[in-house]
Amino acid sequence: MTNATAPNIIRFILLLVVQIAICNNINFFGYINPYIYIIFILLFPINDNNNNNRLFILLLSFLLGILVDMFSDSGGVHAAASVCLAYARPVMLKASFGMLYEHQSLKFSNIDTGNLITYVTLGTVLHHLVLFSLEIFNISGILLIFKKTLFSSIFTIILSVLIIILFSRKRK
Amino acid sequence: MQQIFNFVIRNKTFLLFLLLFGISMALTIQSHSYHRSQFIHSANGITGGVYGTLNSVGQYFDLKDKNQILAEENKRLRERLFNLSSDSDSSYVDTTYSREAYRVIKAEVFKNSYSLTNNYLTINKGKNDSLKQDFGVFTSNGIVGIIDKVSKNYARVLSILNKNSRINARIKKTNHSGSLKWDGKSPVFVQLDDVSTFAPVKVGDTIVTGGQSAIFPRGINIGTIDSFETDIGGDTYKIQVKLFNDMTNIGTVYILENLDRTEIKFLENTTDD
Repeated sequence: MTNATAPNIIRFILLLVVQIAICNNINFFGYINPYIYIIFILLFPINDNNNNNRLFILLLSFLLGILVDMFSDSGGVHAAASVCLAYARPVMLKASFGMLYEHQSLKFSNIDTGNLITYVTLGTVLHHLVLFSLEIFNISGILLIFKKTLFSSIFTIILSVLIIILFSRKRK
Repeated sequence: MQQIFNFVIRNKTFLLFLLLFGISMALTIQSHSYHRSQFIHSANGITGGVYGTLNSVGQYFDLKDKNQILAEENKRLRERLFNLSSDSDSSYVDTTYSREAYRVIKAEVFKNSYSLTNNYLTINKGKNDSLKQDFGVFTSNGIVGIIDKVSKNYARVLSILNKNSRINARIKKTNHSGSLKWDGKSPVFVQLDDVSTFAPVKVGDTIVTGGQSAIFPRGINIGTIDSFETDIGGDTYKIQVKLFNDMTNIGTVYILENLDRTEIKFLENTTDD
């Protein structure tokens, strides 16, 4: 755990700054913004057998979400979405990596790109669905929710996969 | 007792998830009601400071647009100056500024959002510049919103692009008024509801503030009528208003303080009883 702490702290701060300074201001076609800060939650190291790890990631996701909320004046929507994502993470890991995850030999530094895309897609769609449902908070805006989720997800998935591939060092 | 502890320990992940999710839901619901969000907002010391630094960099990117807007405003003011002596129909000037009922403060926008369903702006003036809640905010083109949170050096503006925003507005030619809302769809259009069908509404007419609240005086520009339809009930119009302001590009704003505000409020409160 100790040797993974420093890179994770740096990743936390860096993603937060990039999110509020750049990604919140893209407004592609007027309303499409990527939410790349979820990379932190997706790539948080998996600690085998340790139940406290899950509590820790829940708390950290909440903190990250609430900070993004503070900067974008959105109440608690990012925090709620992040906490959901962090809670559902083991299920998604199992779904996209299968045996590799169950045998606890999964390392984010050497994974198949196909599996990675599945994993990021699952995570992003869940996060964005919760995010926009809470942001619009109105059942009559359901089409708007789906529209925003779809387009923002596409943007986030492309950016996240590119960032993850670009910044993982041990790739050949 | 033992069993309760066991239950808590066994399900601690799920319980923590519920707790954190509950907190964020509470904050979300709170933020949906006007004036209630307590501390998660971008007008506090930390977030305001960060946005200040970012803004000082970001300002350079749209200097050209800003110059354009300033030049246009200069032109308009100059025209006004030349026409001042011959201007007989100056009700706008008379009622608002000659009695010095209003004070205008200039501020820079540090943060502006327009793609969410509840948008806010953060500006660099606060309590230290004697700003208070419910002051009106406008630019040279038209209204922007109403101040909603004030900290020492920063303030948060409830944009007209916010589902909680309600502003009294009227059609400039006639005196039919309604309330201005936003449906959350496009940052170019807002909706004017509750205009009686007796009003002669034409596409292209100008919409201005109504002056029935203590926030904005009569006659600040808002936008033009883009399209309109009768409401389901059939006795009011629902009007699409195209804003004069480009809400996606706002740099300098003016804040309007109504100096008679306390007097008006006092009067309204006494008649309530």
